[in-house]
Amino acid sequence: MSAGGAGGLGARLRARLFSQRTVVLLPPYIWLLLFFLAPFVIVLKLSISEAAIAMPPYLPILDWADGLIPDFTGTFYNFSFLFTDDLYVVAYLNSIKIALVSTIACLLIGYPMAYGIAKAPGTWRNALLMLVILPFWTSFLIRVYAWIGILKNNGILNNLLIGLGIIDQPLPMLHNDFSVYVGIVYSYLPFMILPLYANLAKMDESLLEAAADLGAKPWKTFLAVTLPLSVPGIVAGSMLVFIPAVGEFVIPELLGGPDTLMIGRVLWNEFFHNRDWPVASAVAIAMLLFLVVPIVIFQHYQGKTDEAAS
Amino acid sequence: MSDTAEKRPGPHKPSGWAVPGGDPYISIQNVTKRFGEFVAVDNVSLDIYRSELFSLLGASGCGKTTLLRMLAGLEEPTEGRILLDGQDMVGVPPYERPVNMMFQSYALFPHMTVAQNVAFGLKQEGMGKGEVEERVEQMLGLVQLGRFARRKPHQLSGGQRQRVALARALAKRPKLLLLDEPLAALDKKLRESTQFELMNIQEELGVTFIVVTHDQEEAMTLSTRIAVMNEGVIQQLGTPSEVYEYPRTRYVADFIGSVNLFEGTVSGTGAEGMRITAPEAGIDIHVDAGQTDARAGQSVAVAIRPEKIAIAKQDDKPSQGENVIQGIVDEIAYQGSLSIYQVRLADGKLVRVTTPNLTRTAERPIDWEEPVWLSWGRHAGVVLTS
Repeated sequence: MSAGGAGGLGARLRARLFSQRTVVLLPPYIWLLLFFLAPFVIVLKLSISEAAIAMPPYLPILDWADGLIPDFTGTFYNFSFLFTDDLYVVAYLNSIKIALVSTIACLLIGYPMAYGIAKAPGTWRNALLMLVILPFWTSFLIRVYAWIGILKNNGILNNLLIGLGIIDQPLPMLHNDFSVYVGIVYSYLPFMILPLYANLAKMDESLLEAAADLGAKPWKTFLAVTLPLSVPGIVAGSMLVFIPAVGEFVIPELLGGPDTLMIGRVLWNEFFHNRDWPVASAVAIAMLLFLVVPIVIFQHYQGKTDEAAS
Repeated sequence: MSDTAEKRPGPHKPSGWAVPGGDPYISIQNVTKRFGEFVAVDNVSLDIYRSELFSLLGASGCGKTTLLRMLAGLEEPTEGRILLDGQDMVGVPPYERPVNMMFQSYALFPHMTVAQNVAFGLKQEGMGKGEVEERVEQMLGLVQLGRFARRKPHQLSGGQRQRVALARALAKRPKLLLLDEPLAALDKKLRESTQFELMNIQEELGVTFIVVTHDQEEAMTLSTRIAVMNEGVIQQLGTPSEVYEYPRTRYVADFIGSVNLFEGTVSGTGAEGMRITAPEAGIDIHVDAGQTDARAGQSVAVAIRPEKIAIAKQDDKPSQGENVIQGIVDEIAYQGSLSIYQVRLADGKLVRVTTPNLTRTAERPIDWEEPVWLSWGRHAGVVLTS
């Protein structure tokens, strides 16, 4: 009886291990393990190492000299260091401010665009979506570079405004926060539009008709039905803009001024100019912790909408 | 189509819905709706009176839903006018019409509770908070959902959602309620009980109901009058019994209930009746006079309902002299309350006969492949010219 039970258990265990489900799920897990978890562990290890003028420029965190049980020789100094110099805190706060403002700008520009595309007749819809995705066909770097030509003192925009007689002195539009906002909003707008579009396009038309039928004028229908039901799209789009914008390096580097402080730039400087890998890693880990909060909110929302949909 | 329908009432006009005097409440006048090349509704004229429970019946794609949506203002007619209580509705947006609709999908707002759904229309009117709460409670009481006020739609069963949709549509006390396939998503048992609930609510509130359905049984049960639609045209308009007992076209006869159609030619007319030579039946079929103006020689069809045909065993030949044919039982379907026989005639035509199972076991049951007599009276056949 018990032997049969054990055999049954073994068989069940084998069936479980080699079930189709496992086979399908294994590759993504291996992928995540290799390309996400392993680098993360390396960076984490770096962040608690001591810096050294050596090759590589840090000391090991474990000392095996005493035999079997190694001594922990790492340090959390790198993290406390982040708070001793307000450069880091200011850079974090500034990054979050820039990312937040850019996200809101993307939402304000992207929502009407996504709405317009979702409401467009079928034949137009694909063409309009294509136009949203079109910039991706050119290198991100080149597109950001192009903004220099547009925004600089002798650039297209200033020349146009002067030519039209609207201004007589070129406006300082490059190498300040303004140009960073322009760059981020321009670069990340498609990431706002696409999830919003996906959400708005599958909106049940009969809900809007029902609202109208119950006496709601179009703008009230929008506020009471369309907007609340598009919250998952708004959250998804905002996360897709906010998270990468916080750590953005290329745009502030190319378009920002010398005093545009963003954490991505700080990280770059620590890594390549100061060659302080441990502090750079600590900056990266701290940024990750900052971003975990919005990611968790996002996941929570996703879970809730999935539940409601099923 | 509908004007010819008015001109040719059946000889025994059944009692039932009598069109009341006075002005029609809704007047659909020569309404046509085209979607590109496709004509969804083709020059329909129709009057509906106050407190009616009116059904638009037809197969999918017959234009019934389009007609309903035009009443709600969700579509605009390409041609023609719709008058509601004497007022021209063309160009009036849905949110300004004193009409509410119950959608086929129910279209409940998924992010709102049951109570918020029902309150939605009332809030648009700018009704006070206390009054809204009172009305919502009253409406949920009407559909017996008081306990579910705080639930979200996805936490309800199909039947409960249907009742929320009804409560929401009724909350504003509309003069006219449009119902698009209100019971289609419910299972049979629930559908039957809900039918009676709908009728009770309609009687209680005195609201005019227009119901779109493809289910002829539902239309028969619910309605004061039925308009049978096909390809954007009203084929026939009448009370359920008129439409069933006196179908005017082959389409209507076939769509409502089941029917045996015998194609033939009129071979004699007289005061006592009409004789139709029907090669399919192998005999001359006699029908009552006065139901059609078909002349001798005209090709027509005779429609006979299965329950109006009597079936008898070989040695039990009916004594009447006409409308008697012989056949062989091809199939028997026992359905509990009644049995359906499919009888093959001499030239292969299959005739459907239903008999109620009045006793628990018949003494001498009719069997498969048994020769039988079929017979019916003069009043049973309906002559169809189109």
